[in-house]
Amino acid sequence: MGLQAYLTLAATVFCIGLFGVLTRRNTIGILLGIELMLNAVNINLVAFARFSGSATGLIFTIFTICITVSEAAVGLALVILLFRVRRTVMADHLDLLKG
Amino acid sequence: MTNDPGVIALISLLLPAAAFLILAIVAPLRRLGRPGAYVSILCATGAFVTAVIAWQGHADGLVSKLAWDWLPSQGTSLATVGVLADGDSTLMLMLVTLVALLVQVYSLGYLYDERPPALGRYYTYQSLFAFSMMGLVLAPNLLQLFICWELVGLCSYLLIGFWYQKPEAARAAVKAFWTTKAGDVGLLIGIVLLWRQAGTFDLTELRMMVTSGALPLAGLSLITFCIYLGAVGKSAQFPLHVWLPDAMEGPTPVSALIHAATMVTAGVYLLHRTSWLFALTPDVLALVAWIGAFTALLAAVLACVQDDIKRVLAYSTVSQLGYMMAAIGAGLSAAGFFHLLTHGLFKALLFLGAGAVIHAVGSNDLSRMGGLSKRMPQTAVLFIVGTLSLAGIPLFGGYLSKEEVLGAVLAGNQIGPFVLLMVVAFLTAFYMFRVVFLAFFAAPAARVVSGFGATHASPLHNPSHGGHDGPAKAGHYVPHDPPASMLLPLYVLALLSLGVGVYSTVIGRVMSFGPVTSGEEHAPLWLTPAAVGLAIAGIALAWLTYQRRTIDAARLAAAFGPIRRAALARFWLDDLYEGVLGIALFTFSRIIGWLDRYLVDGVLNAVSDRTVSAGGVLRLIQTGRAQDYIYGVAVGLLIFILWMRWALA
Repeated sequence: MGLQAYLTLAATVFCIGLFGVLTRRNTIGILLGIELMLNAVNINLVAFARFSGSATGLIFTIFTICITVSEAAVGLALVILLFRVRRTVMADHLDLLKG
Repeated sequence: MTNDPGVIALISLLLPAAAFLILAIVAPLRRLGRPGAYVSILCATGAFVTAVIAWQGHADGLVSKLAWDWLPSQGTSLATVGVLADGDSTLMLMLVTLVALLVQVYSLGYLYDERPPALGRYYTYQSLFAFSMMGLVLAPNLLQLFICWELVGLCSYLLIGFWYQKPEAARAAVKAFWTTKAGDVGLLIGIVLLWRQAGTFDLTELRMMVTSGALPLAGLSLITFCIYLGAVGKSAQFPLHVWLPDAMEGPTPVSALIHAATMVTAGVYLLHRTSWLFALTPDVLALVAWIGAFTALLAAVLACVQDDIKRVLAYSTVSQLGYMMAAIGAGLSAAGFFHLLTHGLFKALLFLGAGAVIHAVGSNDLSRMGGLSKRMPQTAVLFIVGTLSLAGIPLFGGYLSKEEVLGAVLAGNQIGPFVLLMVVAFLTAFYMFRVVFLAFFAAPAARVVSGFGATHASPLHNPSHGGHDGPAKAGHYVPHDPPASMLLPLYVLALLSLGVGVYSTVIGRVMSFGPVTSGEEHAPLWLTPAAVGLAIAGIALAWLTYQRRTIDAARLAAAFGPIRRAALARFWLDDLYEGVLGIALFTFSRIIGWLDRYLVDGVLNAVSDRTVSAGGVLRLIQTGRAQDYIYGVAVGLLIFILWMRWALA
């Protein structure tokens, strides 16, 4: 399997994640979509590292995984606080920025 | 000491200017009042003395012209400033400085209870006026004349509105300013047009061009007509005469100086100075004569119905200005100028005498006077001297000049104006002696049905304003002759009016200019008896009506019912002007208001409305949902990537 197959997989996962972010009404679902998009990036990085013979991509991936975990923790904490205040986690209802 | 009348006239001119500058700059001196007044009077005295010297220096027939370049233009100068001292200008200068000096002395007594700063302000204006008027008289060119012309207009405005707290005075000042300004526009246009035609403002050069026939005649009528318009405004000719009676709201000495003896005669003086120019346009001259005679008649009729002593005198001034204009229109401007000089003397006398009466009685209203000849005998005698002079009784100053004017008009073959002026001669004697009998001889207590004026005041005349004029408190006060500072100027003026008359009648003509040329040679023998007879008839009618009461004043009034009613309403001219101006201004304001409301505001409102509605549409994009924004970012990114691919391909 060549590099293209990995990149196609990553693109597919990224699009699934983006679709989830754009269409899910539940905030937790949106967070899941973001995780998918980040992992698609990871697949890209690892694939490039594997085919170029450089370790840079691997190290980037380690960082990204750390950040993803932290982001998930912060994101879930925000969702819980949001639920306490607004009694809802539906993204449609969170429109205080409306012009 | 030089003998050049030009230099002496220049010194004379600069003295009041110095007084004005001192008073204007040194504010503490001005606020002291009396010391400032003394400075002004001192300079006026100096100006009068030097003016007399300049006049005598001119006796050899020497014309002196001093001019400095002004307004440099392409190597030469467009105009000059300076003095032109010849027979007429030095004579006029003498009259101006004399009356200015006497009025300033008189004002010391008349305005004795004015607050010191106000008195200082008064004398500052007086000095500025004296300077401006002298500059006008001595002007060697039309441009300097015009500048001084506007300056005297300014002084007139300032002094009419001297008691600016009085609404009527402020209104009168504005009215005088605007009405004369209407004529001044014509004068300016005339001067500029003349400059285009002749290429010079200089009076001497212009005169040489006229005598040598170098001045093209085409369009000259328009020019002289425009210049005449300026004189119409300043010298209160019909139809711009309406400002002068209202100008009586100013202090009485101001009326004597500016609105009787000097400034209002500036128009006559201007026409006299440029009479050689007017001689080229006989059609304009005929207009001048007719308007002058008509003004004289109109004002004389109006004077018959006034109950305010100052207004009678004001209309009489308008009437006499009409006389002067008629003489100029007849082509013999020297006669008009002669009448200007004598009129300056006796009308100043009359005004100052009226001021003394107002000062004593505390009112302008004739019906509140009466029997004053016993209370203030000196004033009465002096006032009667002025009245006889105005009526044109032989041996008095006004007689000679009036005969000259009548003779000149007749010699100029202006039969229509001549007839009008003869009627005016009768009316003049009548209305002046009506004042004399009502103020000085009639029973003081009796409520007189005062002839044409009847018991009620003219509707446009505010009867309450008399109370402000003059400091006396009526009722608790016995009228008496005024203090010496006020009596002395009266004596000087009375002696001069009498002296000019007696001297000229008995010894012969002394004036260096030639009134003799006209009236004497051409006037028929019946003229003098006819004019004097009319004057005496006027006096007799006034005597019978207001003194003997043989003729019932009310019946006399009824006989002239329609005329009297029209005259009481000032022939509706003021109403007409106010109405026309009001309608014009109102319509104009309505149009401007509409434009402002619907055009200017409309555009702004439309712009803001569109902005608001566009914002209303645009705000729909801002849903506030994070997902929609991400959608925008994603779509934007997609478009961007596609575009990059397309562009780079």
